[in-house]
Parts: sequence; structure tokens; C-alpha cells
Amino acid sequence: MLMGVYSLLSASFFVLMDAVDVAFTEAAVGAGISTILMLTVLAMAGRFENRALHHPRIALFVVIGTGIMLVYGTFDMPAFGDANAPVQTHVAPHYIQQSADEIDIPNIVTSVLASYRGFDTFGEVVVVFAAVIGVLALLEMKSGEASNELAPAPMYQHKILRIVGKILIPPIMLFALYVQFHGEYGPGGGFQAGVIFSAAIILHAILFGVEKTQKAISLPIVKILAALGVLIYGSVGIVAMLNGGNFLDYNALAENDITGQHVGIIVIELGVGITVATAMMVIFLTFARRVGKANGETA
Amino acid sequence: MNFLEQYNYWIVIVLMMSGFYIVIAHGNLIKKLIGLSIFQTSVFIMYISMSKVIGGTAPILNEAYEVYSNPLPHVLILTAIVVGVATTALGLALAVRIKEAYGSVEEDVIQEKDLQQEGSQE
Repeated sequence: MLMGVYSLLSASFFVLMDAVDVAFTEAAVGAGISTILMLTVLAMAGRFENRALHHPRIALFVVIGTGIMLVYGTFDMPAFGDANAPVQTHVAPHYIQQSADEIDIPNIVTSVLASYRGFDTFGEVVVVFAAVIGVLALLEMKSGEASNELAPAPMYQHKILRIVGKILIPPIMLFALYVQFHGEYGPGGGFQAGVIFSAAIILHAILFGVEKTQKAISLPIVKILAALGVLIYGSVGIVAMLNGGNFLDYNALAENDITGQHVGIIVIELGVGITVATAMMVIFLTFARRVGKANGETA
Repeated sequence: MNFLEQYNYWIVIVLMMSGFYIVIAHGNLIKKLIGLSIFQTSVFIMYISMSKVIGGTAPILNEAYEVYSNPLPHVLILTAIVVGVATTALGLALAVRIKEAYGSVEEDVIQEKDLQQEGSQE
């Protein structure tokens, strides 16, 4: 629970430091998904640990020593908020001054993410997809094993929670779509939309049980969609190459450079959104099924 | 030079070292992962605080503003957060499998069982 509070706090000071896009992501991922994942695993592995710490004194000594050295290192760093710091003078001025002419969308974060550093983002999406494959390889059960009898949802007795959840889930999904398609103009984009959308599904799974969620969304299709998102992203790059440009060079997508950029960004954001949303769903549902099975065996 | 100008880095260091301490001092694999994610957040905060410009605003172009914060670290961290949760999930999946195989996620219990198994094979 503290993890959730901590993430929400860090999200709020990302807003203070002008990083609205990041705050968005952190609020959805940190306060929602990763906290729930931790709780799911703790429910399975037991919440009490062996009290005997390994060499707490040595660890403390190492930590304090490293900390002092790092603090010493900061004396050479530029001051907080300094506009002439090396970070601010490298490529950032180009992004801020030229992106209006080259890409013509207001949100610079989106244009850097999807266009200037599109190749990098492609790598990130592939990493997320690879993590999903890893989780599936480690935790996926054969289809026969998972057919545990209809266990009541853990939250079944909380009527208020269920009703509030029912009211909240559709607006959350709508909001996710808004974030997805408004990412060019305000804070938002594929990554944020993906995590928000999957948070709605995860909320459903917590309130009504994994079985019911699996009836609503089919896990095999979700898995295919996760691969499809990566495919969409990659094929934008290939299409750009076929049109005579470089990989992920959106200028080659349409006659007009600006239109090409817009088309490219919208399509790859869609790919990112699909992959991230389905990846989070697959990860959570796989964990939840595994934990449900383990609890069923011990009971 | 003002002595307190780099306070953002010091906050980062405190967070980073608490995460580091959890990672090396605790034997519980899940606690280690929690420590790792605190460490990770401290890195996020470091990047974001570097991108802040005093008097600047969020990097969304608008005629009303002249000074913007640096968008590049935002992009890097935004993707890193999502990748971070995916990799944490992978780590947790490994922990779950270890729990199933050994009945524990404590480092020393696992090592003991490994040693016993080696002894019985010889």
C-alpha cells in the first residue's frame, strides 16, 4: 500500500517539475499496476520475511559510503533549474524550436517520442513485448490446468465497491481512448493510454474475479493483439522504407512531409497503445491465475 | 556558489541509497525487487529534475510561453517507467517460480536446499 502512496507522491512532483506526460504514466503504472502486481505476488509468497537480515551493518556501511561519494560528486553538477546546464544545451533547443515546423504538433514530448526518437521507442515496445513473453513462459499453465471451479471473486461481498467499480470502468476506458488520441495536443499518448486502459480491465478482474474478466476479454485474442501492436509499429517503418525513406522515416509516408509525420505518429502511437495495454493485461491475468491455482492447492 | 543548489540530487541519493540498502540487506527476493523499484524511481526523479528549467513550463507548445522544460528526459523516463513495470513483472514471475520450486523466497533457505541437493547427488 505504501508503494502506491509513494508512486502517487512522485507523480505529483513530476507535475511540479513540468513533466506532465511522465506524471501521467507514473500515476497509472506506479500507483495502479505495479502496486497490484506486488500485492498479488505477496499474497502468494507470504507477507512475512525472515527477520534476520544479511549483514545489516556491512550493508549500512556500504550504503552510507556510496551515498557520501555520490553527494561529493554532486558538487560539480549544475544547480537545480539552471537553464544553462549541459542537458539544456545539447539537442533540446532544436526540439523546442524546430518541432513546430518539422512535425507541427504542440506536444513536444510526443513528437520526440514518436518521431525524433522513434527507433528508440520501437526498442522499448519490443522490450515490453519480450517481458510479456518471458512472464508467459514462466507462469503460463496448460489450458486444462487452469479450469479451476468457479471460485467466488475475492471482493464479492463488497457491494459498494462492485457498484462503484461498475460505474467507473467505462469512463476509465473512455478516458484512456481520449488520452490515446489527444496525445498530440495535450499530455498523453500510447504508453499512458495503454496503462490506463489496462488498469480498467485489472480493476474489473479484482472486483469480479479473473474468471468473469476472461469471459469478457479473451486471453488468446489479447495475446495476439500484443504482437499486433509491435507489428503495426514495425510495419510503419517498413512502409517508410518501401516508399524510399529510412526505417521509421515518416516524411516518406505521404506527399507532404508534415502529413507524413502526422500519419506516422498516429499509427505508431496506436501500435504502442495496443501493445502496452494488452501486455499489462496479459501480465496481470497470468499472475492472477497462477496465484489462484496456488491458493486452491494449499486450501 | 550556493551550497544548497543541488538539493534535488541529494533527495535522489537518499532515495537511491534506501533502495540499495533494501536490495543488499534483505534476503527476501520480493523485498529485493521492491528495493530495486525504489532505486529505479530515484533515477526517474534524477532525470526529470535535470530537465526542469526555473520559470519554464511543460513542453507543450503554446504562444503564451517562451521557456519550456527539456522534453528529452521526459521521453526517456516515460518509456522507462512502462518498461520498468514490465521487467519488474518478469522478476516477480521468477520469484513466483522459485517459491513454487523451493517453497520459499528467502535467499538462505534456497541456498541451503541447493546445498542439500548437491550433497545427496554425490
